[in-house]
Amino acid sequence: MYTEKVMDHFQNPRNVGEIENASGTGTVGNAKCGDIMRIYLDIDKNQVIRDVKFKTFGCGAAVATSSMATEMVKGKTVQEAMEVTNKAVMEALDGLPPVKVHCSLLAEEAIHAALWDYAEKNGITIEGLEKPKSDISEHDEDEEY
Amino acid sequence: MVERKYIIPIAMLGIYYIIENVDEAFNFNTTERRITYMKQTIYLDNAATTRTRPEVVEVMIPYFTENYGNPSSVYEFSAPCKQAIAHTRETIAKSLGAKTNEIYFTAGGTESDNWAIKATAEAYASKGKHIITSKIEHHAVLHTCEYLEKRGFEVTYLDVDEYGTVKLDELKKAIRPDTILISIMFANNEIGTVEPIKEIGKIAGAHGILFHTDAVQAYGHIPINVDEYGIDMLSSSSHKLNGPKGVGFLYIRTGLKTRSFVHGGAQERKRRGGTENVPGIAGYGKAVEIAMASMEERAKKETELRDYLIERVISEVPYTRLNGHRTNRLSNNANFAFQFIEGESLLIMLDSNGICGSSGSACTSGSLDPSHVLLAIGLPHEIAHGSLRLTLSEENTKEEIDFVVEKIKEIVARLRSMSPLYEDFMKQTR
Ligand SMILES: Cc1ncc(COP(=O)(O)O)c(C=O)c1O
Repeated sequence: MYTEKVMDHFQNPRNVGEIENASGTGTVGNAKCGDIMRIYLDIDKNQVIRDVKFKTFGCGAAVATSSMATEMVKGKTVQEAMEVTNKAVMEALDGLPPVKVHCSLLAEEAIHAALWDYAEKNGITIEGLEKPKSDISEHDEDEEY
Repeated sequence: MVERKYIIPIAMLGIYYIIENVDEAFNFNTTERRITYMKQTIYLDNAATTRTRPEVVEVMIPYFTENYGNPSSVYEFSAPCKQAIAHTRETIAKSLGAKTNEIYFTAGGTESDNWAIKATAEAYASKGKHIITSKIEHHAVLHTCEYLEKRGFEVTYLDVDEYGTVKLDELKKAIRPDTILISIMFANNEIGTVEPIKEIGKIAGAHGILFHTDAVQAYGHIPINVDEYGIDMLSSSSHKLNGPKGVGFLYIRTGLKTRSFVHGGAQERKRRGGTENVPGIAGYGKAVEIAMASMEERAKKETELRDYLIERVISEVPYTRLNGHRTNRLSNNANFAFQFIEGESLLIMLDSNGICGSSGSACTSGSLDPSHVLLAIGLPHEIAHGSLRLTLSEENTKEEIDFVVEKIKEIVARLRSMSPLYEDFMKQTR
């Protein structure tokens, strides 16, 4: 069901952990839906993401997208990190099954939430960054049968 | 000609041994042999489906090879097919204390449930349009009831207690003058809870309401007598008792208005059209025969192993609960909830260790909600997401269970170490 890349990132996730006194943290999703993602960012004076860690409660796709997203933002400036979209994460993983696409939304949201936290703490604005929603849900249209 | 006789059908069945003696080749009874043949798989998902017994496969083969006739044909060539169907029907009828003309073959549990509920609704609509079922039924029942709700029927979905047992006083309260059907499963497929079927049968009977039970998980595992239990209709599926997939039956008590569900030929006394699945029905008969003869011994062995598994997991993995009742459950069912982790992740990691299990997490159900059964017994969403169902067979060994428990401990610890919920919990308790 999952691509090799997804399985690799799920079984050997990169950047799992916490950062003490992180420059920014963001937690999104909710336990009710079965996915929670938390991202910690360590950002230096030049607004470069020096380090990033994550913790995720969720399915294989949720863990893999968290892992991939952290790899993609590491070493980037906060502005560059804004380009790490859910689509980019999904492509980097060679795709996700359709029912798992919402997991990749969560990764993007988690990074944005951590960036927002950083921006607020430092009184700066990051172009294109909006206040994150803390709760992501998807509405399945009930099919008539 | 022995080779010819066996190789072709066996290839058809996807089994790749060339055999002279079927008994010998399918005898994986020792652990080493099974493990060699099955690539170290530890199969603990017998509620999903079971291994077709070698004796069952053997009985099926001639109905692919020499006895391929259509049972409805008049010529002598088809006689063995007719006999095979009649034989299975007798075996099943006898096992339930029913009459042969009360057993109707279907394509499985789902069809049997659909038939029982839709056909009853239609046939008795003039008497009333109210149906009672429970919140923990299989989707074959629940989605059928929802379908009927959209077509003018009213359905009461009974609550269950924390163990998943239907509350009899609620059942009594739900009965109305226009109630035509009570459909309650014999045993639950997720948490293994065995329902008070005898009492429900009595209540239904006292009110003149028809009683259907989905016995897919119970038939062949628990003794059932339709008269003793007051059952009017009963669904079963062959692949849950070491028979082939795609065949089942519906028991319908004589005297019920039984509408046809699948329209077509005159098969199954015109109630279920379509050329019979002769090899499947023949295999089903053999599976039932073996299941009935071995029931007691099997249940004893499975119960022992189940209790060992439950004991070890509950005592060795912290923040874990058992779902369902400690003793009033199917002899092969264990269902756990591990706090702070998500079930699909757990399943994938078990899979990479060759262990097959299942989960009621949202991710495995294809929706965002975890299992309706786990929610009905009162589990909060986040705990229901971390469930693991392991369902044993008599073939499992204590060594396998030991291996599985060790892997569960490792994997749960690993997933918790990357869980933000666990992180928060540990910070709070520090
Ligand atoms: C309780 C119950 N009812 C019905 C079914 C459906 O049976 P089948 O797979 O034969 O359609 C199952 C099996 O998944 C079951 O466990």
